[in-house]
Amino acid sequence: MAGPYETHEYDVIVIGAGGAGLRAAVEASAQGVKTALICKSLLGKAHTVMAEGGIAAAMGNIYPEDNWKVHFRDTMRGGKLLNNWRMAQIHAQESPARVLELEDWGALFDRTPDGRILQRDFGGHRYARLAHVGDRTGLEMIRTLQQHAVHKGIDVYMECTIARLLKDGDRVAGAFGYWRESGRFVAFTAKAVILATGGIGKAWKITSNSWEYTGDGIAMALDAGADLIDMEMVQFHPTGMVWPPSVRGILVTEGVRGDGGTLKNSEGKRFMFNYIPDFFKAETAETEKEADAWYEDKNNRRTPDLLPRDEVARAINAEVKAGRGTPHGGVFLDIASRRSADYIQKRLPSMYHQFRELAAVDITKEPMEVGPTCHYVMGGVRVDADTTATTVPGLFAAGEVAAGLHGANRLGGNSLSDLLVFGRRAGLYAAEYVKKFTGAVKPGVDQLDSTEHELLTPFNHHGGENPYSIHMDLQDCMQNLVGIIRTESDLKKALGEIDRLKQRLTRASVEGHRQYNPGWHLAMDLHALLEVAEACTLSAIERKESRGGHTRDDYPKADPTFGKINLVTRKKNGALSIAPEPLPEMPGELKQLIEEQK
Amino acid sequence: MAGRQFIMRVWRGDAAKGSFQEYRVPAGEGMVVLDVVHAIQATQAGDLAVRWNCKAGKCGSCSAEINGKPRLMCMTRMNSLNTDEPITIAPMKTFPLIRDLVTDVSFNFEMAKRVPAFKPRPKGPDGTHRMQQEDIDRVQEFHKCIECFLCQNVCHVIRDHEDNKTHFAGPRLFVRYAALEMHPLDTNDRRELLKDKMGLGYCNITKCCSEVCPEHIKITDNAIIPLKERVVDEFYDPLARWLRKLTAKGN
Repeated sequence: MAGPYETHEYDVIVIGAGGAGLRAAVEASAQGVKTALICKSLLGKAHTVMAEGGIAAAMGNIYPEDNWKVHFRDTMRGGKLLNNWRMAQIHAQESPARVLELEDWGALFDRTPDGRILQRDFGGHRYARLAHVGDRTGLEMIRTLQQHAVHKGIDVYMECTIARLLKDGDRVAGAFGYWRESGRFVAFTAKAVILATGGIGKAWKITSNSWEYTGDGIAMALDAGADLIDMEMVQFHPTGMVWPPSVRGILVTEGVRGDGGTLKNSEGKRFMFNYIPDFFKAETAETEKEADAWYEDKNNRRTPDLLPRDEVARAINAEVKAGRGTPHGGVFLDIASRRSADYIQKRLPSMYHQFRELAAVDITKEPMEVGPTCHYVMGGVRVDADTTATTVPGLFAAGEVAAGLHGANRLGGNSLSDLLVFGRRAGLYAAEYVKKFTGAVKPGVDQLDSTEHELLTPFNHHGGENPYSIHMDLQDCMQNLVGIIRTESDLKKALGEIDRLKQRLTRASVEGHRQYNPGWHLAMDLHALLEVAEACTLSAIERKESRGGHTRDDYPKADPTFGKINLVTRKKNGALSIAPEPLPEMPGELKQLIEEQK
Repeated sequence: MAGRQFIMRVWRGDAAKGSFQEYRVPAGEGMVVLDVVHAIQATQAGDLAVRWNCKAGKCGSCSAEINGKPRLMCMTRMNSLNTDEPITIAPMKTFPLIRDLVTDVSFNFEMAKRVPAFKPRPKGPDGTHRMQQEDIDRVQEFHKCIECFLCQNVCHVIRDHEDNKTHFAGPRLFVRYAALEMHPLDTNDRRELLKDKMGLGYCNITKCCSEVCPEHIKITDNAIIPLKERVVDEFYDPLARWLRKLTAKGN
């Protein structure tokens, strides 16, 4: 039984209300086009709220020698040069203005003694660069944007999940989804759609990501004919909680190390000195003395505790494998012996609270136990660097759902700035697209009916597969076979398993009715989760080298040939394919910036 | 704890009808209430409705009443409860029930729309806003709010009197008003609105809200009482009012 559906008409709809979606909606609305913001959770609960450490922006408040060129260089090198150079340039140039703009909208960052925005050290950044509020920067950012958007009168559709994009010929023409509260379907007609749906981390078992991170935007873009790139590039954050089991994976901010914490193995050794790769040798301290002096004096080289996340995650993994892990299979992260209790509570209040409440550990007195946790996907929807346009007309993407800025590995702090810089650009260029587009869009009714039928299928099965079991099995599969260290045989095994899970999903059944039914919601999310898991695995098989977030045990070295290509994922006739394509060529003067050593 | 089970009594139902249902879940080390609810979902009641996101006390989604106490499910460890007895989990009472543990909290979002926006003074000569840390400390305390709405839920002005919802903003929003009123850059004045439309006077400072705040914001002492004082200064102190008019002091 199809339609009639509740329908809404807009110029621009933004899917996802984290930092990127909110910033995009604010911008589109400011450009005078009719804008709606649609989100799966309540407003203000998106992933951005969990971000801790800060927003990277070369404002130079602490180190006047910092500028966009250094930030650009750090970002490119952190991403093992797989980044889209133009995105990295725009990002480094525009993020200071985006941070100051938040202040104009009411955000209150921690201050320097002379009353400017304080900046903190983070991994891979040459200078203290992260504007922050203790260790709850994401909360400050999302709340500021949320309140600003509300005051601008933007229409917000909360707890409304978009399941499919709608098209009119080659163009995007809107989106189709359901109200979580009632289970009723709703259709949006729009000339432009901005995806700001975040990542895919819920495909892994040990993850810092919430239920929302099911890859919806990436899968919807792929289904709508858009290109993806770099899907093999998944970031495992080096420091997630490991104990007790129920909290495994919850994020421990890099700010702990930025503020002086060090990693130690079970022998009490600061092992990171043994894991300094050649690529970062020239800029990394070799002795504990130099490393400790760096915090105060940047003439020293950076502590290896703050190497980019991919390096640190691999090192922790190796220490644990070598038998030098903690009783619960992590390593120690110690700030208690290095900073005063007052300092720790002031700088890291939510870490203090989190460990005290969830693990009965007082981080001002004892070390934390930490280990890698799936955190972020660098890959995603391919976009134009300047406009965030995808390869489908009318479809834009910003934030974690988009790819390119971070290359093979994202630096901490570069995500929140990414959301602001490219969120704004998505809103701006989507509005521009709408203004230039004079025709009307009309999505075919058959798309709505077939999607409705597909989404309701789990109610027609009885005694079929439990969606929660399918999800858990996928998480085990990705954790064990497509994790931090990968091999071709494991990846191929994973493909087989994903295929079986897809078969099982066709037999999924849910109990109850359509009103606020999480089992049904999960069954629908699994379509996206399985698709992004497959894209990641296929891409990982094709990249026969180790680079950034992608480490192959069977190809342990970086290969210069692979360093010049993106792996592009496309979907044709229901099947995914992977094709190598050359990276955009970087101008000479920017190349020079990267090659300049310390 | 091997072989032990938690006995949970979880509210199941919608606005029309419902009851507590009992579930038994194998006990695991370090489990929080939300873990147990997820275990029930995954194995016994796939359609059990619950909100959650971060699972680390940062997003404020999983508010509920656990053994009658309003708390975040993700930050309530099972070993802090007496698990020899069944543990009761009910939805927040002050908001209309949607289903199971999920309530309609739109009241809070509607009230947020009525807050007059932040209006900053112009930037300094160097094009930035200079502010001292000690001048923003008190506002940063208010910005810690994760919007779990537990304070709204326990506030008896609306918990016991549904009809007050049209003219009472509630503790969460008072924290928001206080953050704006005490923001060093803000130039708006919301005192008359607080007095006439937002029901600041209804609060009789029983501090129930402060007690349940998972962020330990001193809602009553640091937000509501200072707001009340500002309103009193503005509207009930003739001398101060006259002096202010004389000196034409802005905010």
